[in-house]
Amino acid sequence: MTSHATEHSTGHDGHDHGHTETEGHGSFKEYLTGFILSVILTAIPFWLVMGDVISSPTGTALAVMLLAVVQIVVHMIYFLHMNSKSEGGWTMLALIFTIVIVAIAISGSLWVMYHLNTNMMPAMTEGMMKTMP
Amino acid sequence: MPSNPDLLKLIFGRLSLDSFPYHEPILVVTFIGVMIGGLAVLGAITYFGKWTYLWQEWITSVDHKKIGVMYIILGLIMLLRGFSDALMMRAQQAMAFGDSAGFLPPHHYDQVFTAHGVIMIFFAAMPFVTGLMNFVVPLQIGARDVSFPYLNNFSFWMTAAGAMIIMISLFVGEFAKTGWLAYPPLSDISHSPGVGVDYYIWGLQVAGLGTLLSGVNLIATIVKMRAPGMSMMKMPVFTWTALCTNVLIVAAFPVLTAVLALLSLDRYVGTHFFTNDMGGNVMMYINLIWIWGHPEVYILILPCFGVFSEVVATFCGKRLFGYSSMVYATVVITILSYLVWLHHFFTMGSGASVNSFFGITTMIISIPTGAKMFNWLFTMYKGRIRFEVPMLWTIGFMLTFVIGGMTGVLLAVPPADFVLHNSLFLIAHFHNVIIGGVVFGVFAGITYWFPKAFGFKLDPFWGKMSFWFWFIGFYFAFMPLYVLGLMGVTRRLNHFDDPSLQIWFIIAAFGAVLIAVGIASFVIQIVVSVMRREQLRDETGDPWHGRTLEWSTSSPPPEYNYAFTPVVYDHDAWWDMQQRGFVRPTEGFKSIHMPKGTGAGAIIAALAVALGFGMVWHMWWLAILAFVGMIAVAIGHSFNYDRDFHIPAEEVIETEEARTKLLAKQA
Amino acid sequence: MATQTAVHETQTPVFLAKEEPHAPSSTMLGFWIYLMSDCLIFAVLFATHGVLGRNYAAGPGPKELFDLPLVAINTSMLLFSSITYGFAMLAMAKDKKQATLVWLGITGLFGAAFVGLELFEFSHMIMEGAGPQRSAFLSSFFTLVGTHGTHVTVGIIWLITLMVQVGKYGLGAANKRRLMCLSLFWHFLDVIWIGVFSFVYLMGVLG
Repeated sequence: MTSHATEHSTGHDGHDHGHTETEGHGSFKEYLTGFILSVILTAIPFWLVMGDVISSPTGTALAVMLLAVVQIVVHMIYFLHMNSKSEGGWTMLALIFTIVIVAIAISGSLWVMYHLNTNMMPAMTEGMMKTMP
Repeated sequence: MPSNPDLLKLIFGRLSLDSFPYHEPILVVTFIGVMIGGLAVLGAITYFGKWTYLWQEWITSVDHKKIGVMYIILGLIMLLRGFSDALMMRAQQAMAFGDSAGFLPPHHYDQVFTAHGVIMIFFAAMPFVTGLMNFVVPLQIGARDVSFPYLNNFSFWMTAAGAMIIMISLFVGEFAKTGWLAYPPLSDISHSPGVGVDYYIWGLQVAGLGTLLSGVNLIATIVKMRAPGMSMMKMPVFTWTALCTNVLIVAAFPVLTAVLALLSLDRYVGTHFFTNDMGGNVMMYINLIWIWGHPEVYILILPCFGVFSEVVATFCGKRLFGYSSMVYATVVITILSYLVWLHHFFTMGSGASVNSFFGITTMIISIPTGAKMFNWLFTMYKGRIRFEVPMLWTIGFMLTFVIGGMTGVLLAVPPADFVLHNSLFLIAHFHNVIIGGVVFGVFAGITYWFPKAFGFKLDPFWGKMSFWFWFIGFYFAFMPLYVLGLMGVTRRLNHFDDPSLQIWFIIAAFGAVLIAVGIASFVIQIVVSVMRREQLRDETGDPWHGRTLEWSTSSPPPEYNYAFTPVVYDHDAWWDMQQRGFVRPTEGFKSIHMPKGTGAGAIIAALAVALGFGMVWHMWWLAILAFVGMIAVAIGHSFNYDRDFHIPAEEVIETEEARTKLLAKQA
Repeated sequence: MATQTAVHETQTPVFLAKEEPHAPSSTMLGFWIYLMSDCLIFAVLFATHGVLGRNYAAGPGPKELFDLPLVAINTSMLLFSSITYGFAMLAMAKDKKQATLVWLGITGLFGAAFVGLELFEFSHMIMEGAGPQRSAFLSSFFTLVGTHGTHVTVGIIWLITLMVQVGKYGLGAANKRRLMCLSLFWHFLDVIWIGVFSFVYLMGVLG
């Protein structure tokens, strides 16, 4: 991605072709767009929760999650300059793979652990679990 | 000074004279043996004046070939340690019936089986496969080194540092008595107040960092440094399996790091992640550690599948059958290996929905593995099979691994697992796949690439001895455990009451002795081969008529691997070159740009040992000093911008002309 | 074998590259892969918080403990540091050494402010008796947020090192590459923080 280096270049003698000089730096406009979008996307969820805007907590939670996902995408595009072309698509592939594994690990853990007590004493409720010492 | 306990505690933490196991005769004898052996080695190095050579050519080397060799040596040493634990266990279980208590007291026996598991997986099998990948991958893809040569050196030394921390526990303090995954609540501070679990944690954390970084390194190498023309579907199968393995390493080892960090917080800070009170949940540890643990078994076996693929194609003189299906099977295994972790704890009590999901995914993952098996069989079909030692290991693997795979599918059925969980059946199953798959694969790989690394073949007689003793010994050692497991005998017991079981344990112990002969044969094989190296010398660079690029260069390869970067048209690149009339050039050599060696990796790793030791014994000053030292060395190293040099053209010409003469002598 | 010979009928092709092929630096890809692995560490911590985050053990919960205005200020510190790092990268692309150093310095100050506020929050909670030993919820909260904070601290140390190196050796190829790695690291921590404030703080307060 970046210009060639003296270290780590492991024997393949190369010259500074600077072939992707613009990549990975972004432009002033990009950073500013990303910043403004992030500020908006951060402000809304805080406002939703602190101002108690939506009456149902589930609705608020869904909105917060959705906004978080949107903001993560915004950061990926405008700050981390993700696109399908950098490094021949390998960064994108690595990212997608990681997202899949993260999703499996988090949702799988929640699912598995939620079912942990299936065969246990039925009287134990969520409320009792919370207050258990 | 001894009158001041506070000061002593400040300096030595938990360490006191009682921490040294001088009252354990087995350990004292071992310690004396290790000391004599160690002093002999150090003395020999000093006597022959090899310290500078060792430092410059090995310890600070960033050459992937030397690092690969060092990984294998580390693996071999730790294999001997882990196997001596195995022998002790088999002897104990064969003896301790009825009135006889055997020779290992329970607290010692528990450390032995824990150490056996930890050492074999983390410090024997992992260095073996990492070593093979390190040595072979850059050669197979036509590269001069890995992407980050310095990082490679650092990774190796961190792995060695982890092994060192585990080895220190043998003579200073104790090791964990918890089993190889240190499940809480047994491993928490109230049930294991000693230093054993802390040794376990720090040994694995230090080595795990090395493994992770080497994974990053090899992925970058395979993605970025392939020879021109080598598209993904023209990569040798071993390189493909190495790529998938390293993807698994990078996506699994952070989970281990995190979960061990949480366990250490529970132990050091008093948090409540895996405690029984204050809202902690023990099962979360087991859930998390198996999210790492299941991919881990594929981390071990995938490179061995790669070895077998190379070996089968070479020794059958045929193109590998079903190259692309082999690649797809590997990729499918990579992804599926993240969807089966719960089969390690079906019995934890989750509902039928969870258990059946993971049972089914476990059965599905055996399909791509089966497909590979057929590919190897069809490669052999109508091939001109040469029964050289690597091929013997491969056939031994195919027979043995299928049995292990089938018992695995048995265990994948949750109701069956409820009966067999934690029994010796399980022990037999995973030794069946790990010995039959990983160990046989590693020995096949070592025998196959040994001439490439050192310029002479391994002695075939002792190789065959090693194979047959391992192969037969395995069946004697583990088939009885299947029987015992079906009868309901659980694992990790150090004493039995029912005398009718004893005969099975005696057969198993006999099998372990046969395996010991197999290991001894392997060591003898190396010694004999070194002595007979002139007769076994390989001057062609291609002793087996191999098919992939590594056989196109000399044995051992020059520091720069290839004088000219090869251009690849086929996944059997070297075979293709020979078929199409490749002529080795004898002139036009240029100077070659290479990375410089550095001692920073070894120094940081040595400090990591100190950090681990300080943390284990609560010698906080040592831990803090070592940690600050590690960061300081790392930052200091980053100020060194002069990290490469050019091998002058004259030197390249000289090396290549020597090879030209050798090849001419052959013809 | 039959297919093989068929392919090999043509005349001898070029088997060796006469010119050394230009190997692009692997550093950015390698660092990205490292970040992906770091992402999994956070995934484990998020999963742990997801599982244990409601186990208050009769102790204080998020509603009593979390000070959302403080979190909002903290979030803004990190957001500002993101854009100032962006400006440092823009200055670097134009080879303006002084401007790069100034923007890096500002970024570091925002980062330090973030860590400072977080430490203030932590010490405040511990004073109230809500330390990491109080309940599984607090254990996972302190560990997740603390791990992120540790990463930011490492980022600041790295940033200072790089400022010294840029000051001393200028914006050479190696230093530029290092700055770009730190850029990835810094923005990556931002992404993690989005998860932290959304899932830990806001959804925690929602109950």
